[in-house]
Amino acid sequence: MKYTGKSLTVGDHIDTDAIIPAIYLVSSDPTELGSHCMDGLDPKWKNKIAPGSSLLVAGRNFGCGSSREHAPVALIGAGIPLVIAHSFARIFYRNAFNMGLVPIEVGDAYSEFHEGDAIEVDMPAGKIINKTTGKSITFPPLPESMRAILEAGGLAAFVRKRLDGKV
Amino acid sequence: MTFTLAQKIVASHSVIPLGESEAAPGRIVNCRLDLVLANDITAPLAIKSFMLMGAKKVFDKNKIALVMDHFTPQKDIASAEQVLISRNFAKEQEIVNYFEGGDAGVEHALLPELGLVGPGDMVIGADSHTCTYGGIGAFATGMGSTDIAAGMALGESWFKIPESIRVSISGQLPAYMSGKDLILWVIGRLGVDGARYKALEFDGPIIEAMSVEGRLTMANMAIEAGAKAGLFAADQKTLEYCRAAKRKSDKEIHADPGALYEEQINLDVSGLEPLVACPHLPENIRPVSELKDLAVNQVIIGSCTNGRISDLREAAKILSHRKVKKGLRCIVLPATPGVYRAALKEGIIETLLEAECIVGPPSCGPCLGGHLGILGAGERALATTNRNFRGRMGSLESEVYLANPAVAAATAVAGVITHPAAL
Repeated sequence: MKYTGKSLTVGDHIDTDAIIPAIYLVSSDPTELGSHCMDGLDPKWKNKIAPGSSLLVAGRNFGCGSSREHAPVALIGAGIPLVIAHSFARIFYRNAFNMGLVPIEVGDAYSEFHEGDAIEVDMPAGKIINKTTGKSITFPPLPESMRAILEAGGLAAFVRKRLDGKV
Repeated sequence: MTFTLAQKIVASHSVIPLGESEAAPGRIVNCRLDLVLANDITAPLAIKSFMLMGAKKVFDKNKIALVMDHFTPQKDIASAEQVLISRNFAKEQEIVNYFEGGDAGVEHALLPELGLVGPGDMVIGADSHTCTYGGIGAFATGMGSTDIAAGMALGESWFKIPESIRVSISGQLPAYMSGKDLILWVIGRLGVDGARYKALEFDGPIIEAMSVEGRLTMANMAIEAGAKAGLFAADQKTLEYCRAAKRKSDKEIHADPGALYEEQINLDVSGLEPLVACPHLPENIRPVSELKDLAVNQVIIGSCTNGRISDLREAAKILSHRKVKKGLRCIVLPATPGVYRAALKEGIIETLLEAECIVGPPSCGPCLGGHLGILGAGERALATTNRNFRGRMGSLESEVYLANPAVAAATAVAGVITHPAAL
């Protein structure tokens, strides 16, 4: 599976209250949550998103804070399918897989990507190409079992498929 | 056997029996669960995932806890409807431990008080502060709603056995310092991601002398250093606490001598002073005296961190025969109905009302900017809660400072951040 898009960048320790403030947690609808994506960082930030062709690049400890699954759902709802980060907070990382948001941890190499760079991510190969600068980096490909969860669209859909004998 | 507390508890719950060499950090293990928890914000999503999975019945109706505590009492129509989803599910699944209304309190204060968690238990909760139960020797960790749905359906979940960081605390604890200050110190030392994917384990003479409530406060904030769990041995004090919660057959649990830790941190508390975490991260700690004279508009005393009876006692000692500064709102939310009743019996509620505090119902409310004490642009709060992220308690232009209940009470009286000894 490949993802292409332009990068949107955020800094270190972007917490779940920044991704989706608690006042919006009275909904679990992706579109509704997506319409408030990053409101805790800057209510105008979401205007930069080109749904389906924006990829997020973040610094250290992305998604720290609460266990709210609404955070990856808000990103997906806003049209962001994938996050490249220096590192992820533990609960967010697990939630991202479960919700079908692709999390890629790359350490210091995240600094190779700047706002607006054209990026291509090749999941099976474990490679990210920055088409703007011509540089590319590699990451350990995800185990097939984790890719299967992402490809099913998240853990619930994956469990359902398994229960139905389709995987 | 030479196991850390984390290795010991995870290994004992492994679905497939593990030999000593197989319980090494990094190994992924499927574990049996003793309790699966969700609240009014996270349960509706978990229920949605449970249905999507095609699950029909929860694995054990006695081992699920649903606590309606975040936006309780229901703050608006949308939050009331979230509770409805949870209530209907609880009824349909005959879930025994469903709490809403007069029997509900802040989940991480309520469940230990009711004896629903105990030493050696394996607990997952759709709330990041589930790590609180490490204070009584349980391996407890926060997960998202869909992992909780899988846990509710299967009674199992997967865990990577974590590396552990051991924090040994000794010295003479200065006046007005408590568990809150010690965990803030640890978060300041490690940073907000310093224990990411790892377990923290606390020991030493100060921990042995500390009340179980103090340990629960410390374990509660392990997540603020990124930790998966914050663990304390279960000793005689723990067992006494659990017996008072009507639990009968708990046993002591300790790490094995010679267990391997990734890092050893030693803290001598002698000569320290109470700490305050400044905006907008819990790692931004400063001694309280360095912040003196910083004016605040609101003080919150409560939450899963510091809303227990010992916290209210600390605050009341300082507020007794004093008044909250005119124009400042000091909101006290006892964490559970049990804490509220005890405070009433001990005359603490009377003391707080005499001091002109606002005493509200048990609720997470303002801690996450839900309701019952929200900040406007330019306002500043000092709270006994656990997070001071930007906008956490209301406006993106507001500020939250975190401290212990004694500092909170002194600040409420003075109207500026104040060391209790300076009143």
